[in-house]
Amino acid sequence: MIEAVGLTKRYGATVAVEDLSFTIAPGQVTGFLGPNGAGKSTTMRLILGLDAQDAGLVTVSGRPYAAYRRPLFQAGALLEAKAFHGGRSAYNHLLCLALSNGISRARVDTVLDLVGLAGVARRRAGGFSLGMSQRLGIAAALLGDPPVLMLDEPVNGLDPEGVAWIRTLLKSLAAEGRTVLLSSHLMSEMAVTADRLIIIGRGRLIIQATMEDFLAGGSGSYIRVRSPQAVALAALLTARGATIARQDGDALTVTGTTTEAIGELAVAGGLTLAELSARRATLEERYMELTKDSADYRAGGGQFARAGK
Amino acid sequence: MHATTPASSPAGGLLPLFADVVRSEFCKLRSVRSAFWALLAAVAFNVVTAALLGILLPGHLSARQQVTIDSTRLSLGGLHLSQVAIGLLGVLTVSSEYSTGMIRATLAAVPQRRLMLTAKTLVLTAVTLVTGIAACFAAYLIFQAFLPAGDAMRTTLATPGVLRAVTGAGLYLAVLGLLGFGLAAIIRSSAGAVAVLLGALFVPTLLAELLPKSWQDTIGPYLPLNAGESVYTVQHQARALEPWAGLGVFCLYAAVALAAGFILISRRDA
Repeated sequence: MIEAVGLTKRYGATVAVEDLSFTIAPGQVTGFLGPNGAGKSTTMRLILGLDAQDAGLVTVSGRPYAAYRRPLFQAGALLEAKAFHGGRSAYNHLLCLALSNGISRARVDTVLDLVGLAGVARRRAGGFSLGMSQRLGIAAALLGDPPVLMLDEPVNGLDPEGVAWIRTLLKSLAAEGRTVLLSSHLMSEMAVTADRLIIIGRGRLIIQATMEDFLAGGSGSYIRVRSPQAVALAALLTARGATIARQDGDALTVTGTTTEAIGELAVAGGLTLAELSARRATLEERYMELTKDSADYRAGGGQFARAGK
Repeated sequence: MHATTPASSPAGGLLPLFADVVRSEFCKLRSVRSAFWALLAAVAFNVVTAALLGILLPGHLSARQQVTIDSTRLSLGGLHLSQVAIGLLGVLTVSSEYSTGMIRATLAAVPQRRLMLTAKTLVLTAVTLVTGIAACFAAYLIFQAFLPAGDAMRTTLATPGVLRAVTGAGLYLAVLGLLGFGLAAIIRSSAGAVAVLLGALFVPTLLAELLPKSWQDTIGPYLPLNAGESVYTVQHQARALEPWAGLGVFCLYAAVALAAGFILISRRDA
């Protein structure tokens, strides 16, 4: 469980995170989304106490992260892939971290095995590909077998097999009752991995909702109906509180009802249906719709498009 | 899936925690090659310089020079190079954490930042103290071993001032490492910290030459390099600080840098 209340962080004149409150519950994968510069990485650093907030409070399992004596048992984090000394072997990198929390050498071998790096454990980590570095970072996060995991862009640089591996791993960790917070720019990946979403823009919370509720809202989800008696059907639907978003010949675009309700209505009214289909917005569509006003660095918007987090 | 090897359970108490963090910091030091090379270089500079001086000097010095020269200090001539290696090690011990991004993994594992920095200081001090003192004794003994029998430069560790000078030189190296460590904790960049360290060592002594003579006499002995070298000088110069007082002043410089580093690490974002 991660809880933030009124979290605020400024870097000089720049407000990175402003009055951010959220709850990340155990037992599910929570997706953390937002445009570049929205404050996702800052939020994760605040959760770990790496940066100090200017206001507000954030706790991991009820206490500020930095208050724990051996915090690797409380939360594991992958913040950036290459956060290790390139001259050190993967094994020694993990061993140095493990020793600081009194974690055994056997556990180091276990996590190396788990992420598939056992074969290259004695090689200098500086020579690792981005994908191998990500795996090493995930191994470090798993060292203390913690109930809370935070991963910032873990699928960056992974091949399709690696991406599928992360998805399976995170889902199984959540299924074990752990709290999993995942940030990613890959919408398709997020759509199949996350159960719940937190979206921020310009350091502020835009929405926190289950994936289900999130996709159902917005203009991307609607029902398409075709009927020779479209005008009569439209009148019936409107009378029942549904909204006709568009009428184009015999085709209707309807929101605010279900396909079941429309079918029953047509039968009751003796109307013929030529087509009845529900269209679900994709995560990407919904996301773009929600964040179009809060993207800091959008190309062509008068500001320079800028890479980075 | 994690059942195969359960992670050991957390234990309470600050002392066992500190012991674990020291173990972790020692693991970091021994698992990178740069530390090994810096320590090896420090020993090699001392030993090779001493051997060359022991072989070449007796033939080049007049009998009078041999009597008046500070042969102990001469045998420690390798310090000019080995101090750079130890200083670099002190700097890298901290700055490599920042340059690689490792610091965020380190502080996520040990959020008690000053405890972590204390452990790092302890490990660096232990390693540089052992290496420094060993390197200085090796230099002294090798220089003496190469001198011809009956040479006027021959001394023993029992000769007044010699044991203090050789041990002091080792201490000087360790304190120099801590000065570099402290500067790196403030500056957090390898290049910046090395530049400031070398600048602090050599520039004041050079600039002092430009000052009026009376100023030189007043300020000169307290400059870092001058204060530090008085501890490994046997033939004491009139204006220099007493050996241990000199080392004390040198320690003070390191202490100020360390104190600033310790204050800053908890106040800044990682």
